[in-house]
Amino acid sequence: MSQTGTVGDKVFRVILFITAAIILLIVAVMIFMMVLNSMPTIRQFGFGFLTGREWKPALSEFGALPFIYGTIVSSLIALIISVPISLGIAIFLVEQAPKKIATPIAFMVELLAAIPSVVYGLWGIFVLAPFVRNYLGVFLENYLGWLPLFQGRLTGIGMLTGGIILALMITPIITAVVRDVFEAVPTTQREAALALGATKWETTQIVLGNASSGIAGAVVLGLGRALGETMAVTMVIGNSPQISASLFEPAYTIASVLAANFAEATDRLYLSALIEIGLVLFLVTFVVNALAKLLILSVTRGRASAKHT
Amino acid sequence: MTTLTAACAVFAIVILLIILSYIAVRGITSINLEFLVDTPKPVGEGGGIGNAIVGSVMMTLLATLIGLPIGIGAGVYMAEFGNNWFGSTVRFISDTLIGIPSIIIGIFIYTLVVLPMGRQSGLAGGLALAIIMIPIVARTTEEMIRLVPNSMREAALALGAPQWRVIWNIVLPAASAGIATGVMLAIARISGETAPLLFTALNSRFYNYFFDQPMSSLTVQIYNYATGPFDIEHNMAWAATLILVGLILTINIAVRYLTRKRF
Repeated sequence: MSQTGTVGDKVFRVILFITAAIILLIVAVMIFMMVLNSMPTIRQFGFGFLTGREWKPALSEFGALPFIYGTIVSSLIALIISVPISLGIAIFLVEQAPKKIATPIAFMVELLAAIPSVVYGLWGIFVLAPFVRNYLGVFLENYLGWLPLFQGRLTGIGMLTGGIILALMITPIITAVVRDVFEAVPTTQREAALALGATKWETTQIVLGNASSGIAGAVVLGLGRALGETMAVTMVIGNSPQISASLFEPAYTIASVLAANFAEATDRLYLSALIEIGLVLFLVTFVVNALAKLLILSVTRGRASAKHT
Repeated sequence: MTTLTAACAVFAIVILLIILSYIAVRGITSINLEFLVDTPKPVGEGGGIGNAIVGSVMMTLLATLIGLPIGIGAGVYMAEFGNNWFGSTVRFISDTLIGIPSIIIGIFIYTLVVLPMGRQSGLAGGLALAIIMIPIVARTTEEMIRLVPNSMREAALALGAPQWRVIWNIVLPAASAGIATGVMLAIARISGETAPLLFTALNSRFYNYFFDQPMSSLTVQIYNYATGPFDIEHNMAWAATLILVGLILTINIAVRYLTRKRF
């Protein structure tokens, strides 16, 4: 090989290596900067920061529990609504529908994921919130009002609406991954089941069983998205740092407290408190996403699935 | 069971159609030329989103200029030299970085750029968008390059071409269409981002062509109009949304049309 070839190869490879290393560097610096900037509150409040229920920036009282609670509950509502629907869509698209109608439907479901978060928020404020106030909330109050979940002041802006909007947003994501996972289940499995006399639905159940860890991965991935979703939730959840059993009441999530307050936080301790909750969200979503990836890989091993991320 | 699963699919499509028709109907009534070129004004005096469109375009361009070379470089590395622990680590970290809430990227850039500079700026906004773009472009590039058949590499190597020539002149051109569609989707994605711009680029009421000053964007402007108290602001939010969603859907549908043979 000519001399320019080997020198060129080395230079080229080093340049590519640097670009790849930049990705690792970004994450490393990200963790460093966030830990550094949240040191004031970590020092002052320690672990109590995460369990404190009072959030009064003016009095320098910072307890993040209402935000952690709001984040978890709104994400759970989203999963409860979204998982069955996503599974249904994926089963329909992969196992039942003829390709001719499955392709356009799959594309339209994917388009739901292309709509920006702030647009869901706008739609949430002016369409979904009135719907919850006038119809859905009234219905739940009438039939399930004996549960503390569905009592209280019904304004349409609150935890329930936040959870519903999250459900709409994560449905295309969960659906896409579950579709991938189903398609990774070998056709021979379906043929074997059918040959043994199983009905179509029984065959689908076998596919579901084989894909179960991948489905779990899809759900965890959806959870990761729901935990960190910001704009739409901020616009409809009511932004009030309280812990209430009622889903009609306003709440606050970690992401929404950041979106609503970060620009105004000039006081050093206040800023540190916000960065620390950001750090908590960062670490939680990092672990959740890593877990999702491992679960999905266990089914789709060797098949690229980055296109759905 | 088929009825039930089909109902799920119909539900998703109905939601999509409801959202899109609200945007179309409410947006179209407030759009006019003045709205597209004017700057925000006090309520009652009209106003528009001209500076927000300019700001969004400038920050998206900056993000693309930074994110594209790094993302494509990292993608090529992972595909061509990445079958070792370092490659796997970059791949894993990229995937997790894609899933990290974009508001966290905003906080990161705030601590890294805004605090030292002492003010919010278009530069900070563009950098935040670039960080969102890099892992997406990297993973798409890797996937597309892995689709290029090995026989092409071998043929070029057998003719005596050095490896960098093979990648630069044979592999990258072969994968370019796929990479381009991936880049288009990444641009569509960052042009809809709001959270990372809220406290990095902040907002501005004026036309601003300098990256060291706070910069307006379509998405942040939509957020402000939507959460404002007046009906006229809400109308402007819908109109701005029509522009934004129109752009994003056009990119998505165009990419889909161009790549239809591969799916």
